[in-house]
Amino acid sequence: MESLTALLVGLLVAASVYLMLARNFLRFLFGLILLSNAANLVIFAAGRMTAGAPALVPEGASVPDGVIGNALPQALVLTAIVIGFGLLAFTLALTFEAYRRLRTLDSDEMRHAEPDEGKTEAGR
Amino acid sequence: MSWLLALPIAIPFVTAVIVYLLRNRALGRWISLAGSLASLAASAALMVAVLRDGVVAAQMGGWPAPFGISLVADYLSAVMVVITAITGLATAVYALGEIEERLERLGYHALFQVLIAGVTGAFLTGDLFNLYVWFEVMLIASFGLLVLGGSKEQLDAGIKYVALNLVSTLVFLSGIGLLYGVTGTLNLADLHGAVAAVEDQALITVIAMMFMVGFGVKAAVFPLFFWLPASYHTPSFAVSAVFAGLLTKVGVYALMRMFTLVFVGDVGFTHEILIWVSALTMLTGVLGAAAQTDFRKILSFHIISQIGYMTLGLALYTPLALMGGVFYLVHHIIVKANLFLVAGVAQKLAGGTDLERIGGLYKSSPLLAALFVVPAFSLAGFPPLSGFWAKFLIVKASIELGEWLIAFVALFVGLLTIFSMTKIWGMAFWKPHPEGIEPTPDRVPARIRVPMMLPIAGLAAMTVLIGFFPEPFVQFAETAAVQLLEPAAYVEAVLGLREARP
Repeated sequence: MESLTALLVGLLVAASVYLMLARNFLRFLFGLILLSNAANLVIFAAGRMTAGAPALVPEGASVPDGVIGNALPQALVLTAIVIGFGLLAFTLALTFEAYRRLRTLDSDEMRHAEPDEGKTEAGR
Repeated sequence: MSWLLALPIAIPFVTAVIVYLLRNRALGRWISLAGSLASLAASAALMVAVLRDGVVAAQMGGWPAPFGISLVADYLSAVMVVITAITGLATAVYALGEIEERLERLGYHALFQVLIAGVTGAFLTGDLFNLYVWFEVMLIASFGLLVLGGSKEQLDAGIKYVALNLVSTLVFLSGIGLLYGVTGTLNLADLHGAVAAVEDQALITVIAMMFMVGFGVKAAVFPLFFWLPASYHTPSFAVSAVFAGLLTKVGVYALMRMFTLVFVGDVGFTHEILIWVSALTMLTGVLGAAAQTDFRKILSFHIISQIGYMTLGLALYTPLALMGGVFYLVHHIIVKANLFLVAGVAQKLAGGTDLERIGGLYKSSPLLAALFVVPAFSLAGFPPLSGFWAKFLIVKASIELGEWLIAFVALFVGLLTIFSMTKIWGMAFWKPHPEGIEPTPDRVPARIRVPMMLPIAGLAAMTVLIGFFPEPFVQFAETAAVQLLEPAAYVEAVLGLREARP
């Protein structure tokens, strides 16, 4: 199961790198989303995948009985998903605003903060 | 004891909530200022405790380490928290003058306080995943501050800043996942023993490189610094001062923490890479600055070159070098934030930051000129200012190790720093204003000018103070370095007197 997940992570990273190499920022953002999911899967797989029960403590006992799944990576992944979701939502809003104001998402043409010294004002 | 560690994080968060609710009223900015004062008091109290006890630790929620989240303050953490509070207070005062009502309505003060909380949390946490969370808190607040106002330059800069920082965060997060998979723990003190006990040390080195890349982007080292000069010159001056002072230093701090406490199994490999990265960071930063003619862009490139000195202190990995690194970190935050604040006043008086289009500040505003000279020459390493001692320690450490080339690069970069600073001096202060304007201080009303000048004078006074009386600061840095190199006290404070892992 872990090796299958590892392969999936590799596939996701490859796809995200392909997307992130594009000049269009929206494609870059999609690549970032895939990379974010790959990172979450890495944490999930690193906690070892077992076919155990959820880590619930039965009433009256102080430890769960039988084989249980590792609950910590699940908590970590959940945190990472929530944070990642917030950040990506912000980035998407930023992308939209940037497109509305700059009229482009081509990173070669986004030179407002660092104007290309070689080109004239009219050439941009 | 636990409130002592939690307060410096909790106060800015509470302040953020209050000032967000009051964002449409003038009261909000005063509450923000009061919050910054309270943070400074709380971090001073923490510093007193650390000076008394050495290392202070607390377990959040009463869960014993390594299961719960620990907050830890050793000398390095404590001084970083104090310096964060000082920078926060300075920029909060500055913001009273600079930040317009339009930005306040958008929530400037709330974002600012969250940023301070995130930075403080990153310095105090003793848990790796918690460090990731603080990084994100800091990051989302900095995203907001960077694009607040929404000019075209800011949006363009924001896209690049956000994109590269998110990639670095994901590399860091994957590193955390893999390290947990190998060791089964996330507590930094516990990792110290657990990582050493791993059989396959090559695996650890691979993970260490992921952390080096992740933190390297945050710290803006060569060749991962491109987001910094693309963005730091676009937001308001109070924001770029606090970014310049604190954000990259969190990356340096994280590098120092991880590569003295956790990843010390293969120092010959990892720290050797850091040495060359540091040297190239110093060189590219200073050469990049030489090519710029904008006040803030020059300063941005100088952040990069100075980061090289700090990581060099870590990379050389001797007590003297680390001591220099810690001293440099503290000195640099004060000086660099101050230079950006000066740039803000210069822009208000002379009407821009493009050095070709401003001038005459020396004749018309001699006080500002004097206050620029102090941090500028401290940055370049002139005795008797703080930067001299910082550079002296680093260069001495590299000579002691026989790293002549590195020592030469460090001194050469100092020389080029003087070149950049004299360029700003000559163009912004000395030459007459090209449009014949006399940039006298009364071009700006006193209610804006006074809050902007106060923090500049305060930070410049600190630079001079450290320069003339370096002894207590150097001794402090020495203890901090010893604690970093022999983390037994840190581990013991967190885990208690448990048996060390076999």
